[in-house]
Amino acid sequence: MYVLSAIISLTLLGLFLGLLLGIAAKYLKVESSPIVDELEALLPGSQCGQCGFPGCRPAAEALAEGKAAATMCPPGGSALAEQIAALLGLDLDLTEVKEPELLVARVSEATCTGCTRCFKVCPTDAIVGAPKQIHAVVADACIGCKKCVDVCPTECLQMHPIEVTLRNWRWAKPVLPEMSNSLC
Amino acid sequence: MLSFFSKPRIQGGIHAEGHKAATATQPIVYTFPLPEKLYIPLQQHVGKPAEPLIRVGDKVLKGQLLAYSQGLISAPVHAPSSGIILDVNDYPAPHPSALPIRMIVLETDGKDEWIDTQTITDPFQLPPEDISLRVGAAGIVGLGGATFPTAVKLNMGRENHIDILIINGAECEPYLSCDDRLMQERAEQIIDGVRIMLHGMDTKNAVVAIEDNKPLAFKAMQTAALPYPQIKVMQIPTRYPMGWDRQLIRFVTGREVPVGCRSSEIGVTIHNVGTAHAVHKAIRYGQPLVARVITVSGGAVNRPMNVEVPLGTLIAELFAFCQVDAENTARIIMGGPMMGDALPHTGLPTVKATSGILALTQDELKNTDEQACIRCARCVSVCPAGLRPLDMANNIRINQLDAAVDLGLKDCISCGCCSFICPSNIPLVQYFKYASGEVAARQQAQHKSEQTKRLIDARNARMERIAQQQLEEEQARIAAKLERERLKAEQEVSA
Repeated sequence: MYVLSAIISLTLLGLFLGLLLGIAAKYLKVESSPIVDELEALLPGSQCGQCGFPGCRPAAEALAEGKAAATMCPPGGSALAEQIAALLGLDLDLTEVKEPELLVARVSEATCTGCTRCFKVCPTDAIVGAPKQIHAVVADACIGCKKCVDVCPTECLQMHPIEVTLRNWRWAKPVLPEMSNSLC
Repeated sequence: MLSFFSKPRIQGGIHAEGHKAATATQPIVYTFPLPEKLYIPLQQHVGKPAEPLIRVGDKVLKGQLLAYSQGLISAPVHAPSSGIILDVNDYPAPHPSALPIRMIVLETDGKDEWIDTQTITDPFQLPPEDISLRVGAAGIVGLGGATFPTAVKLNMGRENHIDILIINGAECEPYLSCDDRLMQERAEQIIDGVRIMLHGMDTKNAVVAIEDNKPLAFKAMQTAALPYPQIKVMQIPTRYPMGWDRQLIRFVTGREVPVGCRSSEIGVTIHNVGTAHAVHKAIRYGQPLVARVITVSGGAVNRPMNVEVPLGTLIAELFAFCQVDAENTARIIMGGPMMGDALPHTGLPTVKATSGILALTQDELKNTDEQACIRCARCVSVCPAGLRPLDMANNIRINQLDAAVDLGLKDCISCGCCSFICPSNIPLVQYFKYASGEVAARQQAQHKSEQTKRLIDARNARMERIAQQQLEEEQARIAAKLERERLKAEQEVSA
């Protein structure tokens, strides 16, 4: 008898909760597509606009709808393109993708007036300084967005390529010779 | 018959021409003239660079500590001769790129005067921890070329309960013969070093493994090890890369080191014969690692030899002593021809890792006319790590690095067997080195983008907080103003 009542009550409970969940799924539906969130998390998030979209979120939406190629993000380079292609299950041709040239801002001490404009616009707080003190860029935190270059009144902020040291030196890719008689 | 079914004890590998006779038949030369200047890099080991504790202008004695080790995995650097410190600055490193690293420049005074050293007659009375400390303080690193700090390995040995210590006397790289000569001439000292290491690691048994193309070294070591039953000397087949730790462990013990594990996890540790000799000198005579035996060989060398030089000697001086024909030198290589690095010029110092310097002529180099892959799979059969080099290279060529990693890129040891055997002269190892670097760079880029996101979020949060604060202050001001006006009005009413 106890067994029967347990089965009946649990079944009723299950049906009731299922109904509740069904209603919740219908009325409390999340609008945003999870794939767009995942894509946005992959993108650099610096809202640079080099892809032609107004920011990383619209770019992620375009990617999810198939309106943009996986190779559309210049700062991300081929590493990002590969991740996007893996997420969306796309075939990928990476031969055309250029690796982003990494530049970092550097302050020329001779012309810096300590006007503080640059560190107010820096999105990653990569510039340190105080009023009427020479500013400096923390190269590790600089993302090369060039916002500081635009606001500097004395043009003392310039973009430079990252210095090659033994830490970041890498072997070059072997260059394929011209194969006149090859079959492939 | 049963052995027919058991797993093969050697996987892959190649037979390369030895080219060892030119140097292996002559005794080690100890008459190298002391150079006027020595360039001593602060990082000659795996781990963190050493931190200098001398100043420019200081007078130092041979064996004096110049830079102390920083952190857990690091090694100190000592003065290779007596003299005056000229500079502590960036100079070109012995590396294919010759990019600058920090070095101490020592001007020698020609006296070669030793600092007071402590001689120990019975090191077996010392506690094992003390052996590790002394080995660490002497700046000893793996002299086979891996340059992992030896003291760290001894400590790991005690912690992991190692039951076999393998002493690597394979010296499987062509041309090199410094370990061979060392074993022939210093067998007793090496065996003494092995006993000290056994004591330092709390291990009972040692096996000295020597390739069978070195019969004299084998004989000398066997004679020296005769009084010590815990040390076994054995011959192993001559086959490159027999000296690779996993290959050696598989052959000597039959155990396989699992992917991603260290050999100490299966109870085995490997040290080089040169390291054992350095340990003997450090413990018995208190002498830190300040010199090493280097093979100078190759077609462009008129006087090929094994020579003991102070660390920091420029390759140019070594070449002058060995009469290297600069015009015929097509390539300078540090290390062996299979795994060594090609150096751009001779103005670079020798370091603890330098087992050999080769000056090769054009005839000795491999033809580099790259042709299309014919899928003969010879690279697959010679790969000691059991990988498929051709598939990995094809994926890397079209930048599919993740696919290459899935095929086992991280297990590649850059031994060069595949490039050596390839009939189409494909530079397979360069593909793998490029890809490994690129994978590391991508990980760094990934790390940086995460850091960037954190920084942007932190900045946005701060900006919001500041705006909120300003809003609150504004409201407080308005409230205070209203309060003042209300009070004023009340006063007027009461008045």
